[in-house]
Amino acid sequence: MAAASSLLLAGDSTLLEITALSLRVSATATVIAALIGLPLGAWAALTSSRLRTPIVVVLNASMGLPPVVVGLIVYLLLSRSGPMGPLGWLFTPAGMVMAQTILITPIIAALARQTIEDAHVPLRDWFTSLGLSAWQRILTLLFEARFSLAVVLLAGFGRAIAEVGAVMMVGGNIAGSTRVMTTTIALETSKGDLPLALALGLLLVTLVLIVNGFAQTLKARMERRHA
Amino acid sequence: MLEAKAHPNLPVALVKIHRASVIVDGKALLSEIDLTISEGESVVVLGANGAGKSTLLKLCNAIISPSLGSLQTLSLHEQSLIFQRPALLRRTVLDNVRYVLSIRGIAEPACTEQAHRALTACNLSATANQQARSLSGGEQQRLSLARAWACKPRLLLADEPTANLAPTAMRDVEALLKAVQSEGTTLVLTTHNVAQARRLAHRIVFLDGGMIVEDRPAAEFFVSPHSAAARIYLEGESL
Repeated sequence: MAAASSLLLAGDSTLLEITALSLRVSATATVIAALIGLPLGAWAALTSSRLRTPIVVVLNASMGLPPVVVGLIVYLLLSRSGPMGPLGWLFTPAGMVMAQTILITPIIAALARQTIEDAHVPLRDWFTSLGLSAWQRILTLLFEARFSLAVVLLAGFGRAIAEVGAVMMVGGNIAGSTRVMTTTIALETSKGDLPLALALGLLLVTLVLIVNGFAQTLKARMERRHA
Repeated sequence: MLEAKAHPNLPVALVKIHRASVIVDGKALLSEIDLTISEGESVVVLGANGAGKSTLLKLCNAIISPSLGSLQTLSLHEQSLIFQRPALLRRTVLDNVRYVLSIRGIAEPACTEQAHRALTACNLSATANQQARSLSGGEQQRLSLARAWACKPRLLLADEPTANLAPTAMRDVEALLKAVQSEGTTLVLTTHNVAQARRLAHRIVFLDGGMIVEDRPAAEFFVSPHSAAARIYLEGESL
């Protein structure tokens, strides 16, 4: 524990590099997942299409996608003989972003759907009486539910940064290239280098706590202000 | 969509409902409704809970369609609907008004100017930068009226706008409804408050079990209601 603390306090360069890559990969995946998941969730919340029920079932079920299965699928897609092989993303941060995006998009879409549906109920008749188009409704509700949706995005980010199986398979855990916090913890623990693993573990837990604490505080403050 | 009036001396019909029924899940919420709302009228819809008052207002607004019969009404941009529980956005008072104006295609700076005028008319200018949902119940209802007023609708449909309001707040809202009506907007209002109906109505439409059982000038209705349902309703009010 003392060794782990000294690594953290000394600002060990390997530790900082790994942390920065983790943040970059997961933040990028969260942004991409938000761009796909928020409109998809909003559409699922508002549509009366017959596709709604099957899509909602798929979204909800996909929230529990096993990361190793996602890792395997992305691996096959990105491998040299796979359909996306020419991109050359296997064992690169781009491949890891892709895997994390696939993992968290259903989470963001499913939670956004519920959030937007709840926000829509008291406004539905008024929106109809204003003659809003589907896009006007979606944009208004995305703005209306912005505080809850910020929490949804942070939940997605938390899920992404804590993920290990898929990024291990797709990234390959290559030192200085695709080694992120979770994969390093797994590797260093298996090697018996517990101080680095422990330091990264502490940092990861702290990051997740800070992100979630920030999300809750922001939501509570904004809701009080707009109550 | 209704067309321009055919003769200068005839009142313009804003809403024409002919033998319309609204049936949901096999249950008739409205049956065989015949109703014409003309420009400049102030119509109050009375009836017991579940009589179909709110459904009738939604039908007039065309946010629901008749299952049977026909409906001719103004376009949505020419009318406004306000609710018992104001549907307010999580924005400032001013932004709530600007929102509806921007939806109607009014660009800045006219949008903000028009919003400020509506807030001043509804005595809400001091709250322009407050969050809409932090207002009192009466202020929230005045805000929903300000939003409607800002759009200068030809037809204002108000679904129990003063229910659950304290007497002073109710009077404020009533005064605004009268002001809107005096500017030429046609008013259709539902209420359970008979005294309010006496104050605001030129004409009473009384619903019972989803059917219009009386449709008469207010003065006549309150003196001698024809239907047993209306008599019982008015007697209940006087208890």
